[in-house]
Amino acid sequence: MKGEEKTYLFDKPRNVQRVLWLLYIASGLALAMELVVHRHTEHPWEGMPGFYPLYGFVGCTVLVVVAKWMRRLIIRPEDYYAQRDLPQHPEREAP
Amino acid sequence: MTGLPPFLIFYLAALAAALTRGLPRALILVATPLLGALNLYFLPADASLPLGMLGLELDLLRIDRMSTLFGYLFHIAALIGVIYALHVRDTLQHSAALLYAGSALGAVFAGDLLSFFLFWEAMAVSSVFLVWARRTPEAYSAGVRYLIIQVISGLLLLVGLMLHYRATGSLAFDVIGTSQGYGWLILVALGLKAAFPLLHSWLVDAYPESTPTGTVFLSAFTTKVAVYALARGFPGTEMLVYIGATMACFPIFFAVVENDLRRVLAYSLVNQLGFMVVGVGIGSQLAINGAVAHAFTDVIFKGLLFMSMGAVLHMTGRINGSELGGLYKTMPKTTILCIVGAASISAFPLFSGFVSKSMIMSAALKDHYYGVWLILLFASAGVFHHAGIKIPYFAFFAHDSGIRVSDPPGNMLAAMTIAALLCVGIGVFPGLLYQALPFDVSYTPYDVTHVLTQLQLLLFSALAFVWLNKRGIYPPELNAVHLDFDWTYRRLLPGIARPVFAGIALADRQMRELGNRALMHVVAFVSYLHSPGGLLSRPVGTSAMVTWVTLLLGIYLFLSFT
Repeated sequence: MKGEEKTYLFDKPRNVQRVLWLLYIASGLALAMELVVHRHTEHPWEGMPGFYPLYGFVGCTVLVVVAKWMRRLIIRPEDYYAQRDLPQHPEREAP
Repeated sequence: MTGLPPFLIFYLAALAAALTRGLPRALILVATPLLGALNLYFLPADASLPLGMLGLELDLLRIDRMSTLFGYLFHIAALIGVIYALHVRDTLQHSAALLYAGSALGAVFAGDLLSFFLFWEAMAVSSVFLVWARRTPEAYSAGVRYLIIQVISGLLLLVGLMLHYRATGSLAFDVIGTSQGYGWLILVALGLKAAFPLLHSWLVDAYPESTPTGTVFLSAFTTKVAVYALARGFPGTEMLVYIGATMACFPIFFAVVENDLRRVLAYSLVNQLGFMVVGVGIGSQLAINGAVAHAFTDVIFKGLLFMSMGAVLHMTGRINGSELGGLYKTMPKTTILCIVGAASISAFPLFSGFVSKSMIMSAALKDHYYGVWLILLFASAGVFHHAGIKIPYFAFFAHDSGIRVSDPPGNMLAAMTIAALLCVGIGVFPGLLYQALPFDVSYTPYDVTHVLTQLQLLLFSALAFVWLNKRGIYPPELNAVHLDFDWTYRRLLPGIARPVFAGIALADRQMRELGNRALMHVVAFVSYLHSPGGLLSRPVGTSAMVTWVTLLLGIYLFLSFT
């Protein structure tokens, strides 16, 4: 069965790579536009060249790293609450 | 008066839906929001529905720009929701959904605090059935917890409004503020339903346990009524700016690691509410407009995202990111609709989130909340990260889970398509929404600076996602429970209470045993005295008796003479 299944768009690594290249090019263009376009600023940091791209990239990286660290504190087994929950469903066996 | 109050139409329809089935019920479901919207359109601007109750003058119908906008919004949400739920064969869900939508409409049109409270409670009671309708033990438990917290919110509101009435002699629902104690009570009551930090856990606890269709209704009404009430009662309360900034920020960390994709969306709902609360807190005309506009767009794009995940749950029976992936192959339409919702919540230019969120950001800058603005900007990047990319990526792309299911039934696709068209429509033509906002403020979202900076922010956030994934830093989706604040009342407090109650029970038992033992001793002693040969059962002669009586009388005589 598996062999007969048709290949889909992103089954080919080439297509995935194309999407990524599209993203890289768009990001590069957005960065380059900053040199061409004059943007008006209100926040004291906004005027810094490359502020928004840097903030987005660093912000997301920090977000993920902190979330990963936080997960170590808050992670519990899948059935953590199922074993004993409040209020327990009447039909569920008491532990 | 030439029309009906909006809530009444829905209440009658709920009754009618309970009594019918099949095609007639489907017609009732779809016709209700359409007729309701028509009715709202024809309601005169000065319509009111005074009602005397318990010697109080209530007004069930207050029409102004804010209530009208929320009124139309809730009609749209109800229409999308009922179309999405048309395939469901469950009277409970259909009726509860209509009652719930009607109660939300009643709340936004309520002209005084008491009638607002009545609809506030009706919302709590009708919506819990949408959680219970899942009919799993988890949904049962989560529903009970949800109801308790909603009722606590109602009680706080009731006490607050009674104190308000005693202090001011009026029930008017205008600016309340926090200068008095009752203001705080009402603020906490609203904050519970608006998911303020630490008061938010009912939302991420209960919403993902609801049915695929129920969550769509839940996500639309309760929290938005709370935002509406905050905008009415507490505009410009500075504390709300910081509360809102916290709300916008902290859920995204939970959302990044959460596995249940509908729970991820629940966290991002709290995050979006944070933006609205900031807007209310700033309180300028632009900020209030932004908060209301964002509530409007959020109902639609968050509904769309919940619908797309509901479609995945409905078709595959799974919702954990770790068990999904590769669904784009056989659910192409759902994939595209989900991406439209994701682009809207991420505030891509030409999508609805962009035209509403940027108003709040601009208002924060104009009033010099620079720190808050930076936090909101971080939250915007974070939204894109966890809702914009994570949701579609883990459900439809990522590793191939091998699940091959088709797109959901036509009614589900139709509801999602309506929502997606609205997302794009509002994003491309924001003028119509702007006209309907509470204040006349000229605001242009589409200028070069806005579009460019937003694109830069989002594109580089996407780059970060790609980079983190390629480096293997991105946290994998794990089958696990992630604790949140609800742990305190599901585990910590019961954990503390159990030994305390056990201690009380032990002390109680020992006290009783002690008392019992003392009583037994007394009884034994008495029976010993009366037993054969005991002190009180010895035979005593009459002469001894006479001697004692004489002695007693002698003592008496002696005492009476001294």
